[in-house]
Amino acid sequence: MSIFVDKKTRLLVQGITGNEGLFHARQMMEYGTKVVAGVTPGKGGEWVLGDKVPVFDSCRAAVDATGANVTVIFVPSRGAPDAMFEAADAGIPLIVCITEGVPVQDMMRVREYLDQKHVRLLGPNCPGLLTPGETKVGIIPNNIAIPGNIGVVSRSGTLTYEVLYALKQKNMGVTTCVGIGGDPINGTNFIDCLDLFEADPRTEMVVMIGEIGGTDEEKAAQFIAATMTKPVVSFIAGQTAPPGKRMGHAGAIIEGGAGTAADKVKALEAAGVKVARYPEEIPSLLE
Amino acid sequence: MKLHEYQSKQIFSRYGIPIPKGHVASTATEAKQIAEELGGRVVIKSQVLVGGRGKAGGIRLAKTAKEAEDLATQILGMEIKGLSVRKVLVDEAANIVQEIYLGITNDRSAQRPVIMGSAAGGVEIEEVARTNPEKIIKIHIDPLLGLRDYQARDIAIGIDLPKEYWKQFTEICRSLWRAYVESDATLAEINPLVILKEKQLMALDGKMLIDDNALFRRTDLAEMRDVDEEAAIETEARKYGLSFIKLDGQIGCMVNGAGLAMATMDIVKLFDGEPANFLDIGGGASADKVAAALRIILSDKNVKAILFNIFGGITRCDEVARGILSALKEVKTSIPMVVRLVGTNAEEGRQLLADAKMITAETLVDAAQKAVAAAKA
Repeated sequence: MSIFVDKKTRLLVQGITGNEGLFHARQMMEYGTKVVAGVTPGKGGEWVLGDKVPVFDSCRAAVDATGANVTVIFVPSRGAPDAMFEAADAGIPLIVCITEGVPVQDMMRVREYLDQKHVRLLGPNCPGLLTPGETKVGIIPNNIAIPGNIGVVSRSGTLTYEVLYALKQKNMGVTTCVGIGGDPINGTNFIDCLDLFEADPRTEMVVMIGEIGGTDEEKAAQFIAATMTKPVVSFIAGQTAPPGKRMGHAGAIIEGGAGTAADKVKALEAAGVKVARYPEEIPSLLE
Repeated sequence: MKLHEYQSKQIFSRYGIPIPKGHVASTATEAKQIAEELGGRVVIKSQVLVGGRGKAGGIRLAKTAKEAEDLATQILGMEIKGLSVRKVLVDEAANIVQEIYLGITNDRSAQRPVIMGSAAGGVEIEEVARTNPEKIIKIHIDPLLGLRDYQARDIAIGIDLPKEYWKQFTEICRSLWRAYVESDATLAEINPLVILKEKQLMALDGKMLIDDNALFRRTDLAEMRDVDEEAAIETEARKYGLSFIKLDGQIGCMVNGAGLAMATMDIVKLFDGEPANFLDIGGGASADKVAAALRIILSDKNVKAILFNIFGGITRCDEVARGILSALKEVKTSIPMVVRLVGTNAEEGRQLLADAKMITAETLVDAAQKAVAAAKA
């Protein structure tokens, strides 16, 4: 079992003819993901990736022709909101948006619209998801995780790779790794993923990687205390971050005294979560 | 991006929100002339991008043009929270009956915009939120529908605004919403919005924060950025698309990815070092970008050691190594450097750096400990 994506995933890649879209579409195919179609307006009718993947002008046309049920977006930030609206209108139930730098007001409108249509969004500004040995949707490197019983959810990209790599070094495997993204307004939060991991029979433990900014980790701590039976281990980045400064991610900022790493660690520890002091300490806390 | 008070109020005014007559001055003589034009009784307001200007003595009332000149001289020589005052706003003094707070911002946890009003205006809203949270009326706005008039009225009712001002107040809310949306603001705030003796509402102060990610379509606002108000080194970093924040420690950090960059700073601290900066070179960084990043780190004279932590995914470790080598050709330095390369093309990267006399590390713990030791040596 896994969450969100599995062998039945039929993937559409929006922005497939761009550098990043094409590179990662190939990587995903090599991983075993069924990449069934791409969309680039104006390039409909072309074929890419060794003539294996057809390109369409619109999501609607791609879905009608190929039955795509998940889409991943590599469209630049100016066009990403439109790409998300289009995917939702084409009836795709799961959208993964890799794009970084989407204006926050656009994201609030996207989020509102997608909620009304009951469409699940992951991201934006996220590395996507990986179900090791089965399917990859996004940009997580192909060789850094093995199948296993640990669910991973994270607001970060490379920090997540660091954790997956540390787990693999100890021969510890993963059910699904979900990157929810580093933006202040995103589609899916920690609680959504924790809830799914709790229900997933193969997941026995969960690693949650948070960072400064917002209160999602605190809310997750409440959820863990009230609902979770599976052990959760966490790491929170940004202990040394100064207040009022945006630490790279649009959402990683301590504002008005709220969103500090110390508050998040305290809330998680109070909920019985073991919090690692550094990423490489995580495997030992899972043992 | 933060806008100054005078910039924010100019934007508000464009949307029809009444603001006091006034102009910006960068010398005391200019301030005096403006005060004369406005009839002598003016407020001199320092224009710096920090809160607490009033408490620091950066906002003063002058009764005559001469007094305006004297006060402007004082204020233009001030430093507020480390920032020099380079400009003052000279505004006609108002006859205030009541001060109100009105603001629109993004509510992260509700994932929607929120409009907030309070009868306790004139003080920082965070302060009101701490001491009298019940005095703040909040209404969430559907981002697809926009602010509706009834919601503005609900704020007016909630803050006990006299009925005679409801129409004016609703119009100001509507204008503030448009300014917020059309500027891609993350905050549009009037504090205080005042009731004047003349039975008029007026925005005496204004504050706007603009979403950096939307500046591509708000070019007029992007030009308003005041680079005097940020560290020169951060301006330089932005030019290269690097995310850089200067800190006070001795260990320079170069990392790909924001979360990993924070985690790297944290582990330096855990092993009793102090990070000199936050630096994310981003995904897929070219050698040129890496070289620029290294020059920026080396320009900080506090730096005693540098830690490179690169987890290759889209970023190729060999490309990063080339950037390091090219920067080291230009800038001669004896500062010790610890390199940890993992992932895409890590082996090629390590070979390229083999002759560069760098300290190598396998794990993040190892890298941090070596960097801390090198900085103390």
